[in-house]
Amino acid sequence: MAKMATIYIDNKPYTVKEGDNLLHACLSLGFDIPYFCWHPAMHSVGACRQCAVKQFKDENDTLGRIVMSCMTPAVEGTRISIDDEEVRAFRKSIIEFLMTNHPHDCPVCDEGGECHLQDMTVMTGHSYRRFRFKKRTYRNQYLGPFVNHEMNRCIQCYRCVRFYRDYAGGRDFGAFASHHHVYFGRHKEGALENEFSGNLVEICPTGVFTDKTFKRHYTRKWDLQTAPSVCVHCGLGCNTIPGERYGLLRRIQNRYNGAVNGYFLCDRGRFGYEFVNAERRIRQPLMKRSSLPVPREEVMQHLSRLIYFGARVIGIGSPRASLEGNFALRSLVGEDHFYTGVSAMDARLLEKIIMVLAKGPARSSSLAEAGAADAVFVLGEDVTNSAPLLALSLRQSVRLKPMEIDKRLHIPEWDDSAVRNAAQQEKRPLFVATPYRTKLEEVSTQAYHAAPDDLARLGFAVAHELDNRSPAVKGLPKKLHTLAEGIARVLSQAEHPLIVSGTGCGSEAVLESAANVAWALCRKNRSADLCFAVPECNSLGLALMGEGSVSDAFKAVHDGAVDTAIILENDLYLRAETEDVNSFFDKVRNVIVIDHSVTGTASKADVVVPAAAFAEGDGTLVNNEGRAQRFYQVFVPDRDIEESWRWLRDIMAASGRPGLKHWTGLDDIVQAMSNSIKAFKNIAESNVPAGYRITGQHIPRQPHRYSGRTAMHANISVVEPKPPEDKDSPLSFSMEGFSGQPPAGLIPRFWAPGWNSVQALNKFQSEVGGPLTGGDPGQRLFEPVQESTVSYFDEVPGAFSPRENELLLVRVYHIFGSEELSAMSPCIAESAPGPYIGLKPEDAELFQVSEGRDVRISINDKEYSLPVKYLPELPSGVGVLPAGLRGLEGLELPAWGRINNQAKG
Amino acid sequence: MFTEKEKKELEKELSHYDYKRAACIEALKIVQRNRGWVSDDSILDIAEFLEMTPDELDGVATFYNLIFRRQVGSHVILICDSISCWVMRYEDILGYLQERLGIRPGETTADGKFTLLPVPCLGACDGAPAIMVDETLYINVNRALLDDILCACDRRQP
Repeated sequence: MAKMATIYIDNKPYTVKEGDNLLHACLSLGFDIPYFCWHPAMHSVGACRQCAVKQFKDENDTLGRIVMSCMTPAVEGTRISIDDEEVRAFRKSIIEFLMTNHPHDCPVCDEGGECHLQDMTVMTGHSYRRFRFKKRTYRNQYLGPFVNHEMNRCIQCYRCVRFYRDYAGGRDFGAFASHHHVYFGRHKEGALENEFSGNLVEICPTGVFTDKTFKRHYTRKWDLQTAPSVCVHCGLGCNTIPGERYGLLRRIQNRYNGAVNGYFLCDRGRFGYEFVNAERRIRQPLMKRSSLPVPREEVMQHLSRLIYFGARVIGIGSPRASLEGNFALRSLVGEDHFYTGVSAMDARLLEKIIMVLAKGPARSSSLAEAGAADAVFVLGEDVTNSAPLLALSLRQSVRLKPMEIDKRLHIPEWDDSAVRNAAQQEKRPLFVATPYRTKLEEVSTQAYHAAPDDLARLGFAVAHELDNRSPAVKGLPKKLHTLAEGIARVLSQAEHPLIVSGTGCGSEAVLESAANVAWALCRKNRSADLCFAVPECNSLGLALMGEGSVSDAFKAVHDGAVDTAIILENDLYLRAETEDVNSFFDKVRNVIVIDHSVTGTASKADVVVPAAAFAEGDGTLVNNEGRAQRFYQVFVPDRDIEESWRWLRDIMAASGRPGLKHWTGLDDIVQAMSNSIKAFKNIAESNVPAGYRITGQHIPRQPHRYSGRTAMHANISVVEPKPPEDKDSPLSFSMEGFSGQPPAGLIPRFWAPGWNSVQALNKFQSEVGGPLTGGDPGQRLFEPVQESTVSYFDEVPGAFSPRENELLLVRVYHIFGSEELSAMSPCIAESAPGPYIGLKPEDAELFQVSEGRDVRISINDKEYSLPVKYLPELPSGVGVLPAGLRGLEGLELPAWGRINNQAKG
Repeated sequence: MFTEKEKKELEKELSHYDYKRAACIEALKIVQRNRGWVSDDSILDIAEFLEMTPDELDGVATFYNLIFRRQVGSHVILICDSISCWVMRYEDILGYLQERLGIRPGETTADGKFTLLPVPCLGACDGAPAIMVDETLYINVNRALLDDILCACDRRQP
């Protein structure tokens, strides 16, 4: 427990954590103090002078002195005044000074209505502009497809550089020049390179950095309909707030969850949403025999004939669909005919991950816990590209050691620039072992590149060093042995070591070795955590539901026992090789696809049914931590679009198959799921039921200032339509309802009186920067088994030996391009690289190919032609192919490839 | 690219620091001493040499008024406009300079010989008004002295 102190604010006593800065303490107590440069995740620098308060020596001191609250620690007996007349005038003058150069362009500024600068100006009472001179102006820069730049609005708080460089590790952005012409931007125009650049939009207290995708279909915050949601673009399950108006998804904002994403999102998560509005959306039922969309009744009739009682039907689920969708399908076809719809390899890897997390002694770490680890070993995963926000957390984990030094130097840990100055280049340990060079290596203690088998051997060797009951690695080179010893020593000295791995390099041995390391640490009485990156938003949830992979489904079809296949929100061409998928479609008489976007699979279907995209429906996703999180419908889509589970329920009812389900709302199906699947027993525990009301009221999705309610349908009818009913949640599609704070999982937007910007979040936390009031939402599905007797994995792979004329090809991930849904969004597609093969220059020379030239390579008897890219740090005999990019999807890697060295051109 | 002379100076500077980037201000000064100013290309070269990004280095370069990121004349005249010099009527000599050179503060003569820049202080209050030409400080400046200085500059070609 932190030591508490009594401080006096305007002569009233309050209890706060001793040593916290006064700004943090006062905001946590609910006081309003204006601020700019301070940010709860980036702490204090004392640059903007806005958060001034008056401090008094003791109760007899009537004079006092003005101090910056963000730079002054709260100690026992501290006496301050927020309301003092002089300090109020001071704060007002600071704003007036900042505003001398700020343009009068609020009406055309994207930040208007959710601008921290507006809020703070109103808060200080600066309402009349005396400045009558010229304002300084700047030239703006093109910063890529995500972020818009308007430097004239800048108030020089330095938050952008502090986030971009200090927090996210970006190096292509900075502060230029000095005094009245400081400029925040790039040395030269061009797209921002950092994966977290989109956070500038929320970090900037005014409209210098705004969301460029939002700009194309702009709506004021008060006109957006919003609901709590969960990101679908990787396995981490970051919490988001999507906003809609007129049936168009307009933007994604961060939804704070102290245990998951905290204050930040990655650019894929923030800007990948536009697939929801894309041309490729399926908006009406389609049938192969008709070129026009088919009415719902006709489709239902047809489907009921296909799925008559006795028909042999299989169901293929999807790791990008909700638990409810998958469960409905499983209920329709029966447990034995349900296949999870992941590739055979992913199925094996996910099963292993679940086994490790559910049976072993090591805890699965949340993103927040990952950021607090004091020694990290990354084994086989390129987290920056496969689970971006985990990389952001790990970047903070290496920073924590400085804080320990600072405790010795008596620098409070919130004094950001002093802390960084004292720490200089010193870092906490981070070891990164991956097949290719990853971006996280910039901050690593040591990096090691090797083929997956060798990575596993390193992992096993580390585990053996920690506990000799874990199997030894035979024939380990001396150098590697030393490395393993070093890693083991550092991990065993740490208080909260963390082992990070994942499905990235497609190797079970890597996962097993990572588990052994964590288990060995646990058995040394260390609270070692494990964090596995998984490919999709519901990979883990789906794996908890069933086992069969796509290959198993194909096998069932080849054995001739299938009339109809129902494919749920899944493109099989991404899961298996094209030929196998084609022959599957040839063999199945009827293919029914339920999906939201046209994919290769949907275009093969006999019947396509329009499913809701994430913002159009409710459901539950299980993230990589094993945390079940609910996402809520943001808006009512076109008439025919419905959640997959509703379609499946209706199909079931129409077909007259047994076990007709009376699921009217989400709660019913969640209850059914929790009753029938053991892993989901607790899943409903932290859910708020649909019938929940606060003082008899719904929680409105629309802000109380939502405009045009009576006019927006006037082109159809002047009678205002009744708001659609929501059977699934306590939220309503209306601006009427309870206007106070709802339970943490149901917060549709952050807004508080006087706080229109995202910083209103301060009012929703039990302590600024801490958990949301009432606890962070989400339900962990598994906890470690303390006295676990599970034995170490003992199959240590042999050392990798390169083959002549062949390369072991492993997957390389790209944050933009490797994920299916975001790649359908234009700005993400624009940022994705083209397909290529990455080779070590020495290997390329051996195969007589050179950079930029096309090379032909045969993998599993199939030939691909790809341009060569040099990756000098690859281990020899290993090549990389980008995951998920066009032309390479469905390829199961690692696999051996033979280079045809007669290079073209 | 750097000349041999620059390279030698840069290497010497690096030897004083644990981290290459710590030498960035000195590196900028070395290049400016040798070339008169720091061009965009020089920024790229120095950044590469110090394992910095151009963004990081240019942030430092543009912070300092006396690191010239635009080409300056062969001679740079810094004229102090701070309090002591103002009390001693520096405007007179500034006016005279503008008249003789045909440029305003912040400008360079058409023949590329002189750049005139105001500075807030030269640390020579006891000798106000003061100016600095290239690396030489002149105190108690008057018109006659200015004539001499400009003449000397004309003769002493860089």
